[in-house]
Amino acid sequence: MKLIARLTLQVCLLAAACFAAAPQAAQPGEELARMAVLSGRYGGHLTIGQRSEPKTLNPVTATDAVSREVIGRLMGDLIEINRSSQQTEPALAKSWRISPDGRIFTLQLRKGIRFSDGHPFDADDVVFSFSVYMDEAVDSPQRDLLIIDGKPIAVTKLDAYTVRFTLPRPYAAAERLFDGLAMLPKHLLEKPYREGHFAQLWSLNTPPAEIAGLGPFRLKQYVPGQRIVIERNPYYWKVDRENQRLPYLDELVFLFVGTEDAQVMRFEAGETDIISRLSSENYNLLSREKGRDGSQLADMGPSLEYNFVLFNLNDLGGKKLDGVAGKQDWFRDLKFRQAISAAVDRDSIVRMVYGNRGAALWGNVGPGNKLWINQLIPHPPRSVETARQLLKSAGYSWNSNGQLMDARGRLVEFSIITSSSNSLRMKMATLLQDDLLQLGMQVHVVPLEFRAMIDRVFQTFDYEAAIMGLGGGDADPNPEMNVWSASGTSHLWQLGETKPATDWERELDQLMQQQMVTLDYAKRKQLYDRAQQIIADNLPFIFLGTPDILAGANARVGNFHPAVLDPYTLWNADELYVRVPATERAGVR
Amino acid sequence: MILLLAGFFAPYDPTAQNRELSYAPPTGLHFSDATGFHLRPFVYPIVTTNGQNDSYRETYTEDRNRQYWVQFLTRGSSYRLLGVVKTNLHLFGVKAPGKLLLLGTDGYGRDELSRVLYGGQLSVAAGIAATAISLLVGAFLGLIAGYYGGWADDSLMGVTELFLSLPWLYCLLGIRAFLPLHLSALYTFFLLIGVIGLIGWARPARLVRGLVLSSRNRNYVLSARGFGASDFYLMRRHIFPDVYGILLTQASLLVPRYIAAEVTLSFFGLGVNEPVPSWGNMLSTLQQYSVLISYGWLLAPVAALVVTSVLYSSLADLIQSRLKS
Repeated sequence: MKLIARLTLQVCLLAAACFAAAPQAAQPGEELARMAVLSGRYGGHLTIGQRSEPKTLNPVTATDAVSREVIGRLMGDLIEINRSSQQTEPALAKSWRISPDGRIFTLQLRKGIRFSDGHPFDADDVVFSFSVYMDEAVDSPQRDLLIIDGKPIAVTKLDAYTVRFTLPRPYAAAERLFDGLAMLPKHLLEKPYREGHFAQLWSLNTPPAEIAGLGPFRLKQYVPGQRIVIERNPYYWKVDRENQRLPYLDELVFLFVGTEDAQVMRFEAGETDIISRLSSENYNLLSREKGRDGSQLADMGPSLEYNFVLFNLNDLGGKKLDGVAGKQDWFRDLKFRQAISAAVDRDSIVRMVYGNRGAALWGNVGPGNKLWINQLIPHPPRSVETARQLLKSAGYSWNSNGQLMDARGRLVEFSIITSSSNSLRMKMATLLQDDLLQLGMQVHVVPLEFRAMIDRVFQTFDYEAAIMGLGGGDADPNPEMNVWSASGTSHLWQLGETKPATDWERELDQLMQQQMVTLDYAKRKQLYDRAQQIIADNLPFIFLGTPDILAGANARVGNFHPAVLDPYTLWNADELYVRVPATERAGVR
Repeated sequence: MILLLAGFFAPYDPTAQNRELSYAPPTGLHFSDATGFHLRPFVYPIVTTNGQNDSYRETYTEDRNRQYWVQFLTRGSSYRLLGVVKTNLHLFGVKAPGKLLLLGTDGYGRDELSRVLYGGQLSVAAGIAATAISLLVGAFLGLIAGYYGGWADDSLMGVTELFLSLPWLYCLLGIRAFLPLHLSALYTFFLLIGVIGLIGWARPARLVRGLVLSSRNRNYVLSARGFGASDFYLMRRHIFPDVYGILLTQASLLVPRYIAAEVTLSFFGLGVNEPVPSWGNMLSTLQQYSVLISYGWLLAPVAALVVTSVLYSSLADLIQSRLKS
């Protein structure tokens, strides 16, 4: 029996090898990355359901998550963030040195590695790629990251495999910037770039032969409206512990299925192998069938997103919004905000909105971010009594109907806007409404169409309070700069501040600027801890909760290790493999 | 009738949340226990795990050790009967902490039966009123356009075409931007009727116009005109009866459609908002696949809607046959 099983296995392997491009044998002088503990099995394909079609395959201009999910599998970057450990790891750069003042990065590239079309990769490709990313005419969304204080990062080639990056000023965790910046093939793209039509390059209709990258896969086929198929890059630069070249899979298929519900149904039917960004309801639905088909469902714990109530503290001087302006007396009162925070039943939010698969939040950094969370921020339990006392001490009182009145005798009544397409936040709003009713506050939930709501928060300021969510990108504090520094574009409670309005905002602003130029992790952590403390004390947002990252794969998928960072499931696509089908395994037993 | 007296028939306040009882299934009514059979039904209290188990799901079991008799004409949460008389008398209920949840609870642990009853008040009233408005306006304008023809016809039908071809979703977004953020329940109610009626009148108008156009040239109409009948008399006596039947059937078709249309309006912030129940916003939770297949009792508003439409169309039939005879 054993012999037969092994023979079948070998036949399978042979068959697989005939259909897909076989991995190339290692060349002398090729510096490959060896994954010391990794093992798997060659061959086969996996299918992933996607909500929509990617818009482009151009890594420089892509903005939407769906496109980036596919492109990320086709392209390689110099230094990458390991989504599981949340730390940086060498990728195309095998090592790097940072000058003592933190401004000069010298990267050593791997020697002898090739693009997916077989063309060798060297420092010229790196210099070319960065010149494209920083070109204003190309208008890449990543350009902002590479322009620091209005000055671009200078990129110099020292020799064929050494590149030096000079930053205008020290920048904390600058190596994290390299993650997600795909290295482009100069030999394919330089000519069209010089001719000025880079933005139109690498659309979905580009023939696969004209697209080359350094990722584990390369484009094989795009069928409009149905699927996109990517196949093994035979020149990929990672090997497993037996020095076999990755990836294990012959092919990865992205199927365009539509909504989350459609994704779930396809997964249930066995038409797709991997599913991510599940809601807890759907997760529970799938876990009921888990025992039957052996699928692997993973609750990765709280995400980095934070959902919160936001009060409109904007300066409404020039606007005709007297109704809102009158209520800002309450919103600006710290005790009022503290009372609301005390009255929020966060446990119920976790239980009823996230189906127990989420975490309550008291600050902007949640338990999912192990590197940066300030553990000292208190988690006071819900207390309507505390809330009432806070209101009383701030001069509020209650009339005979139990309704809350402010010191001037006005009834406390306001509305909360939220996006009508986000059922989770709608639920939070309804719970909050009931919580605040117990304080005698009349709260009206106003669901608005998403763009209409964003318009009110960012442009017209015609709202009283809102429930929103932010964060979720990287664990590092730097992406949070635009929220907490006074001039940030997402400084939502008071947009367009030229200088901080209050003392605590001034300190917060200074701390955020300081942590950005501090290179030592421990010192940075200290600064960011203090920033979190200030945020939690002054409550510009009233934090509610964060959902868990929920993902699933069926029994066929090996090395399935979802992470809390985006892309949650496919970050290690090169390591995924198809397990021996159950029928064959039965033969071995 | 039941809907009008919702407060009396509903055992609970439709907005009261029981946070430990989200998505609780319908409470079973029991008649027999260890001591034998009882004529008066009773319920067992529901015990919940609050998701503190391996599967994280709330599981509910009945605590067989305690029982609560169903009481009739009992005292509970206060409400206003017909909006006037303040009372707390309910048709039935059980003593707290027992819970009588005949149709289970929704995601916030609110009694589904009470919500269906209260929601029906608003939805059915809004549906009927909006239908009435769109049919009245439609019939009136259609009648004029069809009867007089000429420029009246051209201009009125031009307007209906304009209304039929307007991109309503964008217009609604625009309308919403002009309104204050918070709208009271009464305001919403009239807004719903207004918006639906406004959007809805064009189709019946075209239908009526077509009918009038064909009947105004019938021989009996022409001969009545020959005898010197006035326009108004002709319309009332000879033409309108032809249209009447169509209007009734239209009405029975439109009411359920308008009740469902409220869901779309809610999406733009023009509908009935939480926590006030309406069949429309109750149905919208069913759009989630997981809810739809896991919590069957939340289909209750669908059943109520079906029953209402059947009742309504048989009522229309009845009126029609009365008129014919």
